Amino acid sequence: MSVDRAATPTTPSTDEFIKGLWRENPVFVQVLGMCPVLAVTNTARNALAMGLATMFVLVGSNVVVSAIRRFVPKQVRIVTYILVIATLVTIVDYSIAALSLELHKALGAFISLIVVNCVILGRAEAFASKNGLWRSFLDGLGMGLGFTFALLCLGAVRELFGMGTLFGAAVLPAAWQDWVIMILPSGGFFTLAGWVLVVNRINQGRARRKDAEAA
Amino acid sequence: MSESLASIFLSAALVNNFVLAWFLGICPFLGVSGRLSTAVRMGGAVTFVMVVSSTCATGINMVLAAIDAPYLRLISFIAVIASTVQLVEMFIKKVSPTLFRQLGIFLPLITTNCAILGLALFQTNRGYNPIQSLVFALGAGAGFTLALVLMAGIREKLDLAEVPQLVRGTAATLFVAGLLSVAFMGFAGLGS
Amino acid sequence: MSPDTPRPSDAVALPPPPPAWPMVRALVGVGLVCAVLIVLVYQYTRPIIAANQLEARQAAVFQVLPGAVSSTTYRYVEGEGFTPVADDASGDDLVFAGYDRQGRLVGVAVEAVGMGYQDAVRVLYGYAPDRQAIVGMQVLDSRETPGLGDRANTDPDFLANFAALDVSLTEDGQRIAHPIEAVKHGEKTEPWQIDCITGATITSTAIADMMRESTAVWVPRIAASLDAFQSREVTP
Repeated sequence: MSVDRAATPTTPSTDEFIKGLWRENPVFVQVLGMCPVLAVTNTARNALAMGLATMFVLVGSNVVVSAIRRFVPKQVRIVTYILVIATLVTIVDYSIAALSLELHKALGAFISLIVVNCVILGRAEAFASKNGLWRSFLDGLGMGLGFTFALLCLGAVRELFGMGTLFGAAVLPAAWQDWVIMILPSGGFFTLAGWVLVVNRINQGRARRKDAEAA
Repeated sequence: MSESLASIFLSAALVNNFVLAWFLGICPFLGVSGRLSTAVRMGGAVTFVMVVSSTCATGINMVLAAIDAPYLRLISFIAVIASTVQLVEMFIKKVSPTLFRQLGIFLPLITTNCAILGLALFQTNRGYNPIQSLVFALGAGAGFTLALVLMAGIREKLDLAEVPQLVRGTAATLFVAGLLSVAFMGFAGLGS
Repeated sequence: MSPDTPRPSDAVALPPPPPAWPMVRALVGVGLVCAVLIVLVYQYTRPIIAANQLEARQAAVFQVLPGAVSSTTYRYVEGEGFTPVADDASGDDLVFAGYDRQGRLVGVAVEAVGMGYQDAVRVLYGYAPDRQAIVGMQVLDSRETPGLGDRANTDPDFLANFAALDVSLTEDGQRIAHPIEAVKHGEKTEPWQIDCITGATITSTAIADMMRESTAVWVPRIAASLDAFQSREVTP
């Protein structure tokens, strides 16, 4: 579970960036924003596009929320944040449609659903509303990268086993029998469970080594 | 598209279960499914918000179509959902403070429950009429509650089982969710 | 789940009623800025998106009508028949006539919609009146499971069904003699049958169903007013 660092502005600001990548990774550690994580990660390409779109909205909303934090009374803050996020998402939605109609189709309704990604509202409320512009920007960037990284991890595994390809290029030999379940909804749950296990294992190993060093 | 009401309901509740086939509303699904009693009530609250916001979404769509401003859709949907959740929150706090404490953080977070926004968006995409939308919302709510209750039942049993330390918690829940999702695939083709 | 997220305890203790002005100011201010931004982006991207969509539709028409190099959009009005309209027209009563280099009619592309495995599926099919057959099909829009349902657009065996799918009319020209039907993979024996994709039977059947319903309406209409499509000047 994450630790709220807002109260300790003495930490170097680079830490705000790094923490999102692994220690407080929004997907593997905080288990937030699960809908897009599971829904659009059946190919690596979709995962990457979704990750980048989310990162854009996350960085944007963190910066805006941080900028207007003194101007917004506490009672209406959530509504204001959601308005800001919805605006950013609408912009991303139209931009993707203008750039590539095909990509827009593949991501489908899930672009609009970035609005309700708990990671974004969570960071706005827990971090950006209490911290300055620069730190909020770094926090958004770090969390966004961590989110994209997690999405890619899932997308790559699911595409590799489910279709024998990676970013659309054939990787496994033609004799490979596709594990269809990997690209079905249930495959998403299983793959994420697998990754959570891996992350837990690594963190446990680290903690044990630290204990050994301390002893 | 003319779909029968029964087929819309069955499809939303079972075949295309919002949680297990579309991954909508996973956060509360993983978060509030620890206890059976809480799960049932959470399901009820979400179903209520779904029905209200789906009805409002139908109205919004008519207005937006009339003034030809599709770009305002997302922002008005989310505003309606946020206000509905606020209402439900005040209502529950007044009627049952215990339940209010049990649901805790997940009550305000219904706002960011993708299932509700997803519902509003899907019914728009599919061009459902007001009655179809209502049935769609009821089906989706029933499906969400069903998934939540099943999960809570399994997790209550799982608490008594010997699970390795490493798998306990999120990973175990995700594995169970995967299995449930496989089971729900068996409904494919039903009602069509 | 995470202690980072908003806490309900903030809301439990009722604060004294806050002054209204800062709240109104914040909400109206943010709302106005957001609205202006959205409108600006919408205005800027709308022509680009429309052009993209037009291009995609055109490409699809040429794909389902092999040999076509230009197309004209027609609108069908009950009782009046087909009239040409601008290419960027929209509606569900449109068909797209495709012409070859010499300006001869290759066929007419029609859109059909139906419910697939997970969500609505939209397809475009090309009808060649001289051959009384469907000569091509493309899935335009579907959220079917990648790797399964979306094979409808890539599976060569499945697409082979639509190279010449029989939709010849009965003698009175009112009905299709043999409505399109879906059969299990490898059991296709008649030219009006569609051979399903293994593992994506529901999507395949859905496509067959929507095409059967759509052809029953559109093929007699098109066949009855072929003259409307013929009048086309040769494009240099």
